[in-house]
Amino acid sequence: MMAAPKRNDAARLEATEARIAALDLPKGGFTAPARAAALARFREMGLPGRRDEYWRWTDPALFAGVEPQLGDAFRVDKPIFEGRDKVRLVFVDGVYDAAASDDPAIAGVEIARLAEADRADIHWAKALYGALEADGQVPVERPFAALNTATATEGLLIRVTGKAARPLHISYRQSATNSDVVLHHVVRLEKGAELTLLETGTPGARSNVVMEVEVGEAARFHHLRPQGRALDRAMITHLFARVAEGALFKSFTLTANGRMTRNEAVIRIAGDGAVAHIAGAALGDGVDGPYHHDDTIFIDHGAEDCESRQVFKKVLKNGAHGIFQGKILVRPGAQRTDGYQISQSLLLDEDSQFLAKPELEIYADDVKCSHGSTTGAIDETALFYLRSRGVPRADAEALLVLSFVADAIAEIENAEFAADIEARIEDWLARRKH
Amino acid sequence: MLEIKNLQVRLEDEDKQILKGVDLTVEAGKVHAIMGPNGSGKSTMSYVLSGRDGYQVTGGSATMDGEDLLEMEPEARAAAGLFLAFQYPVEIPGVGNMTFLRTALNAQRKARGEEEISAGDFLKLVREKAKTLKIDAEMLKRPVNVGFSGGEKKRNEILQMAVLEPKMCILDETDSGLDVDAMKLVADGVNALRDKGRAFLVITHYQRLLDHIKPDVVHIMADGRIIKTGGPELALEVEENGYADILREKA
Repeated sequence: MMAAPKRNDAARLEATEARIAALDLPKGGFTAPARAAALARFREMGLPGRRDEYWRWTDPALFAGVEPQLGDAFRVDKPIFEGRDKVRLVFVDGVYDAAASDDPAIAGVEIARLAEADRADIHWAKALYGALEADGQVPVERPFAALNTATATEGLLIRVTGKAARPLHISYRQSATNSDVVLHHVVRLEKGAELTLLETGTPGARSNVVMEVEVGEAARFHHLRPQGRALDRAMITHLFARVAEGALFKSFTLTANGRMTRNEAVIRIAGDGAVAHIAGAALGDGVDGPYHHDDTIFIDHGAEDCESRQVFKKVLKNGAHGIFQGKILVRPGAQRTDGYQISQSLLLDEDSQFLAKPELEIYADDVKCSHGSTTGAIDETALFYLRSRGVPRADAEALLVLSFVADAIAEIENAEFAADIEARIEDWLARRKH
Repeated sequence: MLEIKNLQVRLEDEDKQILKGVDLTVEAGKVHAIMGPNGSGKSTMSYVLSGRDGYQVTGGSATMDGEDLLEMEPEARAAAGLFLAFQYPVEIPGVGNMTFLRTALNAQRKARGEEEISAGDFLKLVREKAKTLKIDAEMLKRPVNVGFSGGEKKRNEILQMAVLEPKMCILDETDSGLDVDAMKLVADGVNALRDKGRAFLVITHYQRLLDHIKPDVVHIMADGRIIKTGGPELALEVEENGYADILREKA
């Protein structure tokens, strides 16, 4: 079912057609029907504009334009998760780099490149490519995700049949200042399978990344996504997931810096007793460059006895902007749903801005759902307490920022990865001390 | 050690004079107690000495070993050896007690130009101090004061004092909210730190804490001034007759 046709004014149609005309559309392959359908979806929806409800606070211009805005890569001093046991696959400007990658072999996991597998006639991913994205267009349209499905030529197809012996690490690197990257990953965890997926860095000057994740019965999926520190980045991501009976889905995102980052997620909780947690910490300081970060999350409870959590924290300074739009839908019959959502911002000065739109829509009568949103400054009493023990002001502030993001970090189950994320936040804070 | 002369302080945000000329000298090795009714300015004095925002010094001075305290940042006062045990210790979620303590100790050492303490030595030091205060390993691991009972919070303050080894310790109503057993633990912790090079200023409403931490000198504060100074017997007098007699005497 598509949303009701609307507002397709001349300007939107024109911009959309111009964007489509400039696309280099892939031909053939098992994804061909899904791509054609996605292109049709995109054409009908059109590019979003500021008057669309979920784009009121984020300007889609950088994602919508035919050409990307140029942007420098971040010079990485030490890569995150370095030294941890994992299999790393590298994409440079959105293209798989075999030479820089580990051997893509993990017991319990089948990994293929979309670029290569697409030539096959039959592939397990055929039923999935674009399917969760298409399903995720209701009730809110996500045109950039449809555009991604229609045009992506790179990405990974990951099928997990057992307990993955090691975490899989997808590492993005940007090389060219004008790279316009589209990546589309499809992940399927079979019954009882387990995978930890690390997704790090900024793919290009402009990036459009879609990940579709089918979490099978009693499967467990952990996703950790430090998005790199590129200052000029324009990056839009969509995470589409369907979580089956008794399965676990957990995703955490760290966003430091970035002119324009929008992370959307649509998580359908489809089987009884499933658990879905999504969390994020965002750090922006306008002194480094413009910062705009947007989390737009939709969690759909369609089964009984399920649990969902949204825990989002933003630390904003010097005119940085943070947006949170999070919704919990509890469908009729999704009894004993336990849903909780919290979005908070810590404003380190008076120039920064946090806008939050929490939504609950509940059609079952026996549920426990709540949401909270707060905006605040550093707690002066806590700051004095730390200073009175001899901790200098800047260090005390940094400790209080770590304290503020702690609830989100606590969503990471693996202690080593959590420590790496925390260290990255500490580094970011240390660079702010004068 | 601590010398306060004619200290006058008002609130920054409202036109209210809290301290109206406090004179007080605390010598090294001594325990001074300050008692007084609510609103007499006891806590304000402890905050002003340790450097909390929100107060304006309108006159007088406060020095520690000759150094002008009022000119220093709170962290510099701490590094110079001043410690305030808070009446309401602050909860800091997500920051481990050990991390907090080590950060504080190393920051002070750095400020004094000393070497940072190694992780091993630090662990040994804290474990030893924690034992006497009956603070277990689990409590050390938890975030600072989060989920601590009133007694645990106060013991944690004394642990910080024991680890940081300040020379001038101010205890702001450390007895508030404590039952007898907890008070005894806290007092034992304080008494263990008594030393000829260290001074204490114990602020309290009640005499009972002073049964456990025996003061050398007792001051009565009222309406922003020290109105009477005496020996330990002064605390007993307050316990028996309340402040009314002393206040009347001065009126």
